[in-house]
Amino acid sequence: MSEKNAISINDVDKVFNEERDDEVIALSNINLDIKEGEFVSLIGPSGCGKSTLLRLIGDLLEPTQGSVEVFGKSAHEARIDQDYGMVFQHAGLFDWRRVAANIELPLELHGWSKSDRATRSQEMLDLVKLPDFGGYYPRQLSGGMQQRVSIARALSFEPKLLLMDEPFGALDEMTREHMQIELLRIWEETGTTVVFVTHSIPEAAFLSNRVVVLSPRPGRVHSVIDVDLGQRTESTRQDPSFFGAATEIREALRAVEEQE
Amino acid sequence: MKSSKATRVFFTVVLVIFFLVLLWEGYKWMGQQTDDHWPGTNFGLPIATNDTIMPHFVDVVGELTAEIRDGRSSMPMYAFLLKKAWFTFQEAAIGFILGLTIGMGLAVFMSRWKVSERGLLPWINVSQTIPLIALAPVVVTWGRNQGLSDLFSISLISTYLTFFPVAVSGLRGLQSPDAAHVELMHSYAASWRTTLFKLRLPAARPYLFPALKLAGSLSVVGAIVGEISIGRKTGLGRAILEYALRYAIFPERLYASVIGAAFLGLLVFGMINLAERFFMRRTREVVS
Repeated sequence: MSEKNAISINDVDKVFNEERDDEVIALSNINLDIKEGEFVSLIGPSGCGKSTLLRLIGDLLEPTQGSVEVFGKSAHEARIDQDYGMVFQHAGLFDWRRVAANIELPLELHGWSKSDRATRSQEMLDLVKLPDFGGYYPRQLSGGMQQRVSIARALSFEPKLLLMDEPFGALDEMTREHMQIELLRIWEETGTTVVFVTHSIPEAAFLSNRVVVLSPRPGRVHSVIDVDLGQRTESTRQDPSFFGAATEIREALRAVEEQE
Repeated sequence: MKSSKATRVFFTVVLVIFFLVLLWEGYKWMGQQTDDHWPGTNFGLPIATNDTIMPHFVDVVGELTAEIRDGRSSMPMYAFLLKKAWFTFQEAAIGFILGLTIGMGLAVFMSRWKVSERGLLPWINVSQTIPLIALAPVVVTWGRNQGLSDLFSISLISTYLTFFPVAVSGLRGLQSPDAAHVELMHSYAASWRTTLFKLRLPAARPYLFPALKLAGSLSVVGAIVGEISIGRKTGLGRAILEYALRYAIFPERLYASVIGAAFLGLLVFGMINLAERFFMRRTREVVS
């Protein structure tokens, strides 16, 4: 982890349907810096604007006030420069493309040659432990496998930043835990910065260097919790330090609830 | 595997035709026995069974090989119908291709600009309420003034029917991708054009092909109605009109010409099915 900021969010407000009857203040006065190589989770009750914040970083939405900088540029420039890969709750693979072709989609848009694309998609399939599934169609794969393909697709062009919106939300508990270990391994291998939206306390505690707890209506940063579990393995889940981190997050979320 | 499936389809078709013929002839035979009454009652049959209303199936088929006069020459009925169907097919094909182009063009245009959808879609719907019979003479008169051939004018009438399902279903299909898919393309900084070709058009296929099958049948209907309302001498529409006028004398001939039209419709339908198989071969492999 370097000391340079990957993301710097300054005094950001986001208002939907401004000056209409159905105006919603989604985010208010958000300030947040995320270091390069850091794994940061956004957690909070539904309606706290955690997905909105992720979309602001990805320039899929524009802030009403304030600025979002990604690698020293505006979020817009960072998107045009393809600095980030995105993973959604549902894998969002294209049904009509084989798994390999799905992973190659961003490379295709970047104008990679066919052979380079094929080499890279195979590397990515190896990385997400699906080496023999390139020729399959997404619907032939289980939900967990599809989500791994989705991660492979997001990482295929080696983005410096990975934005993940509840990527394991639709998976069963065991698959989810396997995927978490996989994600940490990939994160360590690639050194990419990760912003991870979740509503699961153990997930946030297990994965993150820092957990940002948001409070709703309007969405604000309630607290930022540092987590240091060192090298995480399956046994970390039984470790007191893990429970300690989870408890700290839980207490912050309780405090958020009581605020309301 | 493939040939056995084709054989199965073929035998199913033969069986269905055989069953329908049996129904036709059985009903006719029953009516002939009871003087067009339900057996043992005084209730009349809904359709009379004499040879004018319901000619024997063999007579209709036999009529296909009968020599008939076409202008100065004479030829078997089936050759005559094939010749006529060829004209109609050309008109329908041009109409279909134009309808596909215009319909898809409109769909893409409407999916690009929400405002154009709100402005255009009601008019596209209204367009289909104008009776073809009223529209046809206008198109032909206009076409002749512009120096267009009647064939092309008829194609335009066919286009008028075919563009509609393509535009409506095409729009639906282009709008079908999930928000997540659209956001994904957006995150790749993909242009509108790239998103259209990599995401929206492929995603529209399952919506488009059923509409194309409908458009295919409509293109034949449009061509036949166009021929009739223009009074074009060539084409199946003309043949059907003539035999309809002489139905009392040659009922078999009208039935035979309708069979010709039905085969033309099936031909077009089959061609679109082949196209669907080609363009959706990838998704077809997955049977989930």
